[in-house]
This record gives sequence, structure tokens and C-alpha cells, in this order.
Amino acid sequence: MYQINGYLEASTISEAIDYLNKNDNAQIIAGGTDVLIKTRERKGGYVDRDLVGIMRIPELKGIKIDAEGNIVIGATSSFTEVEENEIIKSNIPSLCTAVGSVGGPQIRNMGTIGGNVANGATSADSASTLFALDTIVRIASKEGIREVPIEEFYLGPGKVALNKGEILTSFVILKKNYKGFKGDYIKYSHRKAMDIATLGCSVMIKINGQIIEELKIAYGVAGPTPVRAKGAEEYGVGKEISQEVLNEIGEMCLKDTSARDSWRASKAFREQLIRELPKRAINNAIGGGFNA
Amino acid sequence: MLKKINCIINGEPKEIEVDVRESLLDMLRNRLHLTGTKQGCGVGECGACAVLIDGNTIDSCIYMAVWADGKNITTIEGISKPDGSLSDIQQNYVDKGAVQCGFCTPGFVISTTALLNKNDDPSRDEIRRGLSGNLCRCTGYQKILDAVETTVEQRRNSKK
Ligand code: FES
Ligand code: FES
Repeated sequence: MYQINGYLEASTISEAIDYLNKNDNAQIIAGGTDVLIKTRERKGGYVDRDLVGIMRIPELKGIKIDAEGNIVIGATSSFTEVEENEIIKSNIPSLCTAVGSVGGPQIRNMGTIGGNVANGATSADSASTLFALDTIVRIASKEGIREVPIEEFYLGPGKVALNKGEILTSFVILKKNYKGFKGDYIKYSHRKAMDIATLGCSVMIKINGQIIEELKIAYGVAGPTPVRAKGAEEYGVGKEISQEVLNEIGEMCLKDTSARDSWRASKAFREQLIRELPKRAINNAIGGGFNA
Repeated sequence: MLKKINCIINGEPKEIEVDVRESLLDMLRNRLHLTGTKQGCGVGECGACAVLIDGNTIDSCIYMAVWADGKNITTIEGISKPDGSLSDIQQNYVDKGAVQCGFCTPGFVISTTALLNKNDDPSRDEIRRGLSGNLCRCTGYQKILDAVETTVEQRRNSKK
């Protein structure tokens, strides 16, 4: 038995929001691959809660391109759904790589991209790529809809900008942030599956001939929240791509990150990954040619 | 708090009263006595509790029983043929020595079934990825991979 107090299956967003507003003990549950485990492990804040299921709310599902060409990903899309979706496959393959690196098949079938972000973990495999895409997080409450850039959505470890009575409904990836870009996500972990990233690095690059026109580099587990390496990005833009430039990008990424020691890896090892992974990811994204 | 749910289990429509605190694994084992589905870790790490929901593999230890409402569920009991004889996947696990203590086997067979339904010609790497949510403490995995590859080959040959 899970140590919970009750369960409500919400069938609309407003039903879920009403319940969240009137019950201080309510806790949203999506695919359950995080919440149910924490409940079972009796983690603080996850015991005796009134769970609100949101998996049967149709508006939270599905992936589409809107009239402006922006990609909208419903919060309760499972990792498998994102990975196998044709829109994502043809426009943002690095996001397929990212969600495909989560856990194993069973976890990917249940776990959701919304849950991955809403639980605020720096190690979330989808998060760094969503950062590199300057994703907009759409949030619903009884006041209506608000939109927050994903960088502002993360407040600290396990802390996100969701207030009482609010639900993360979807992610919006603007056309200008994916069109013409190439990308890659590299998850460094001890095992190839069923593991949490020691470090994750996602890159989006737009290249014209050999000139870097745009560059986005984002990390997971390189700080308390996912983080962008803006200094390195600025340095890279306008440069002709070369081994030296790649090496300098790697070095500069250290300034924007704050890796720590954990049982998974030392700070020094993580810093080495922070230097190396963006080079490899850029190299993979542009189809090779550099010694990364 | 009890809740009535309706679902199809191994082809049979069922109406079941479940506790909202129950996992699907609890429901299958304790209410329906379908004890082929095993509990290993209880936290989504080992895949011993894997079942199919609408054809997709999930870990039933981290799946609320109430979520089964309206779903089509296949457990290991529904994989064997009605007369109790083994599916080709199961038979190959036996023939290739992919079963030692057997505790992980129901979960592996479920994951293999889903994998081969999706991809009838997987590479060894794709098989590894498809089974990566299942742990085995006995076999060292090679024989499990052999059993899956043999099934793929046999199915391919029987189609010719
Ligand atoms: S018992 Fe469910 S994954 Fe281990
Ligand atoms: S056969 Fe014993 S755990 Fe796999």
C-alpha cells in the first residue's frame, strides 16, 4: 500500500485546480514514477497526501505545431510519446535523445515530461534540452494562463515557480529557437540505462558555413538547477568553428556552472565533463570533423 | 477508501473493488491471485512486476490500482496459451537456459513480448535497450538475449 490519504482522478484542468485550491494537502501526481517512489520511501512531504491524478485530462496530452510554427508539448506526454513523436523526431531530434535516455522502457512509458520538469531536479534528462531550446512553460490557475521562461521556472533544488492552485500544462518551443538548429544531448552516467545522469549536456547550434550563428549550451547536474552557459555561448557566436574555439567554449562553460561533489562523482570529474561534453555534443550536432 | 474499477485482465472483463492506496501489483497478486507477477524492488528499478497495459510495458509496483480503470491488462498468465502451454518466447527462455531462479522471468517475458510486438527485427543492441528496465541476478543476461534472438529468427523463418 502507498502511504497516501486519498486519491482524486481529475478529468479537467479546472477540476484539478479547484481541488488544489481547496485542499492544502493535495499533491499532483502524473505518471507516478517519481511521486509513488517517494511515497513508498516515505520521503518528507510525500506521505499521507491527497493525490490528484491528471493523466486523464485530455488538454494536457498531445504534441502539436501551432499556427505560428511553435511546438507545443502537453505536460503529461510520456517520455516514450515524446521520443516517438514525428514532430519532435523531425524538428528536435536532440529532445528524442534526451527523453530516450531516461530510465528504462517501463519508466519511459509512464513518466511524463511535465513531471520531469515540475519536480525540480537538476538531473532531469529532458530539462537541459528544454533550457537549450529557451522553452516557455505554460501554467494554468483559476486566474488563467501564464507563461514563464524555463530558466525562471527553476528556483532551486526541487523548487519551481508553481504556486498553490497552479498546474504546469505544456511546454512551448518557439519556431525561432528550433528552426535551422542542430542539436545533441549527451548523458554521462555509469550505466547505459536505469541511471541518473552524473552530468548532462545539451547543445543547440546554428551554423552558416563554418561560422557559429547561434549557440545554446545547457547542463544538468552542473549546479543546483539546470543551467545555461551564457558566457560560452556569447564567446562562440560569430566565431569560425575550430578546435581552438571548441576548446575555449569548453573552458568558458566552467565559469557559468557550479559542479559539486556527490557520491556519483567528484567535483573535479564533473568539471572535466563540463569541459568535454559540449565539444562532443557540438561535434555530434554538426556531423563530426573535430577531435572532441 | 474503496473504489470500483472496470478493466480487462488477460482478455476477461473484470469489475474489482480496490483500495486507492493499492498498487496494481497488490491488486493482481492479492485480489486476483495472479501471482506470476513478482515484486522485487517495489520502486520501479527491477522490472519483476512488469505487465502490459494497452500493449505497453509498465512496472505495476509504481502504478496505482485505480489507474487500471478502463485499461486492457496482460499479465504473464495471459502470455501462455489458454491450454497452459508456453508462448514461443517462454519456450525459448527455457530452451536457451535463460531461466535460473526464475524470479525475473515473468517480467523479462513481458518486456520481450512488448519489444517484439513493436519491432520484429531488433538488433542485439535494440534488444538490450528493450530489456534494460529488467534486472536478473542469476543469468548474466547473455542467455536471455540468446532466447530473444532465437525467437526473432524462428518467427522470421516461419513467415517465409
Ligand atoms: S518490483 Fe516493480 S520494478 Fe521492481
Ligand atoms: S533467473 Fe534469477 S533473477 Fe533472473
